Amino acid sequence: MTEFEFDERDVPFTDGQTVGAALVAAGVRSWRTTRRESRPRGVFCGIGVCFDCLVTIDDVPNQRACLVPAAETMVVRTQEGDGRGHLAV
Amino acid sequence: MATSPYDVAVVGAGPAGLAAAAAALAGGARVALIDAGRQPGGQYWRHRPGDLGAVADLHHDLRTFRALVAGAAGAVTFPGHHVWTMSGSAADGFVVRSVAGDDPRGTAELAARSLVLAPGAYDRQVPFRSWDLPGVYTAGGAQALLKGNEVLVGRRVVVGGTGPFLLPVAAGLAARGARVVGVYEANGPAGWARHAGAVARVAAKLTEGAGYAAALARHRVPFHARQAVVAAHGDDVVEAVTVAKLDHEWRVVPGSERVVECDAVAVGWGFTPQLELPLALGVGTRVDADGSLVVEVDEHQRTTVPGVYVAGEACGVGGAALAVAEGEIAGTAAATATTGAGPAAVPARLRRRRRALRRFAAAMHAVHPVRDGWQTWLGDDTLVCRCEEVTAGEVRAAVEDLGATDPRTAKLLSRAGMGWCQGRVCGYATACLTASACGSAVSALDLQGVSERPIAAPISLGRLAGDAGHTGQQ
Repeated sequence: MTEFEFDERDVPFTDGQTVGAALVAAGVRSWRTTRRESRPRGVFCGIGVCFDCLVTIDDVPNQRACLVPAAETMVVRTQEGDGRGHLAV
Repeated sequence: MATSPYDVAVVGAGPAGLAAAAAALAGGARVALIDAGRQPGGQYWRHRPGDLGAVADLHHDLRTFRALVAGAAGAVTFPGHHVWTMSGSAADGFVVRSVAGDDPRGTAELAARSLVLAPGAYDRQVPFRSWDLPGVYTAGGAQALLKGNEVLVGRRVVVGGTGPFLLPVAAGLAARGARVVGVYEANGPAGWARHAGAVARVAAKLTEGAGYAAALARHRVPFHARQAVVAAHGDDVVEAVTVAKLDHEWRVVPGSERVVECDAVAVGWGFTPQLELPLALGVGTRVDADGSLVVEVDEHQRTTVPGVYVAGEACGVGGAALAVAEGEIAGTAAATATTGAGPAAVPARLRRRRRALRRFAAAMHAVHPVRDGWQTWLGDDTLVCRCEEVTAGEVRAAVEDLGATDPRTAKLLSRAGMGWCQGRVCGYATACLTASACGSAVSALDLQGVSERPIAAPISLGRLAGDAGHTGQQ
């Protein structure tokens, strides 16, 4: 079984699945909080249109989880707000 | 780096784009085929790499798909490429610029004498209370997770909205073991009886519909006509929805509300054509019978811009079979035009097929309209724009307090449609809410104002600057 790391747990995936699909299959429904109200978000449109499912993958924020194919070396993290808190001054 | 020009660049490898590429190749053209997906097929024939067999039972008309893929095999393909802009003219040639999703440094710039655009469509949405809760999906999103990933969105799923697409979504979920607690169709399917003539001419549609009805019956999925999902409930994830009976204008029938427990919801209200690329080239548009902005095309699928052809949902939502017919016509005409000749008459077989399928589409739009009454389901605090978290009250205030008279101004004043998705999801709702608050009808200009996106796909500043060293900042 192949897995990627998500918030310090292992999420299994099968060949060709996207990060978002693997998270949904693992029972994870949300992996982002919104900028204004800190509301949870996960997959909505599933085809790259709505940008609800943004997530941080290998330290790059704002990746569409529904489009990115899962890979074993990935480190996926919940994204807070715009995902650029580390740039705040 | 620009390549030597192709005769025809086809954007989109769904039913319309594949058919266009195959027809243009058959006409002797050098063809480039560009698509955001990693596999051909678009949304309709969505599947994982090399694994169509595992989801074959969820698909329809795979024989056509395989024939089109074989026919398009001579094209130079650019899978996984998101077109972010295009420019040019028939006189000077066109340039299509795209970014490769898999490669952080990958870009492709193609030159072509003519363009066939087949960008397809995505689920049209209308907002309802708490529709932003995780666990609420578009109907197409539930379908994409199933067909493309073999993942179920939930164990207890409510399907709602309007249109025939709800049926395959519900049937697919049930076939893979989800309990579909109900399909809530806001219109009455009995309306089809008035369009028997339009249905009779496309027997395949009738067979397909009967197949889904049988599947729903077999899985004991209840079908509720003239009912809708009007609110979702839950703290951090959807736990239930309120469904209600609707009157003719889609206002909730008082006392008919019922709470239904579920762990996922799939909703769709017809489709919104993906128009940013055609609009960037300045093509003429019109409002179609379903209220969507679509591209105006002639009998050869030519737009008002010379050298630019459009096929499929972007010139009127009508389904995959219509898209294939239009794609074949567009590809043939584009290939002929590059030889300097005018297009030959469209073969009678294709003309008849397109006409019959457009009649079917017109019937579908007549039976499954979106009525304004959905606006009465919203509270002032209901989100309209999910990205910028703009409420219905804020959109209405942009009109009533700040004087906006069109959706583009309402967007600029309220920020509805100014976030990541650039109004793809809320543009239709914002246009409807603005028009209602102004006491007017939604015009083509209104929809154009929320459909133009000069940059059609995210591109990092590094890629834009052609600097491979900076890749992360979008």
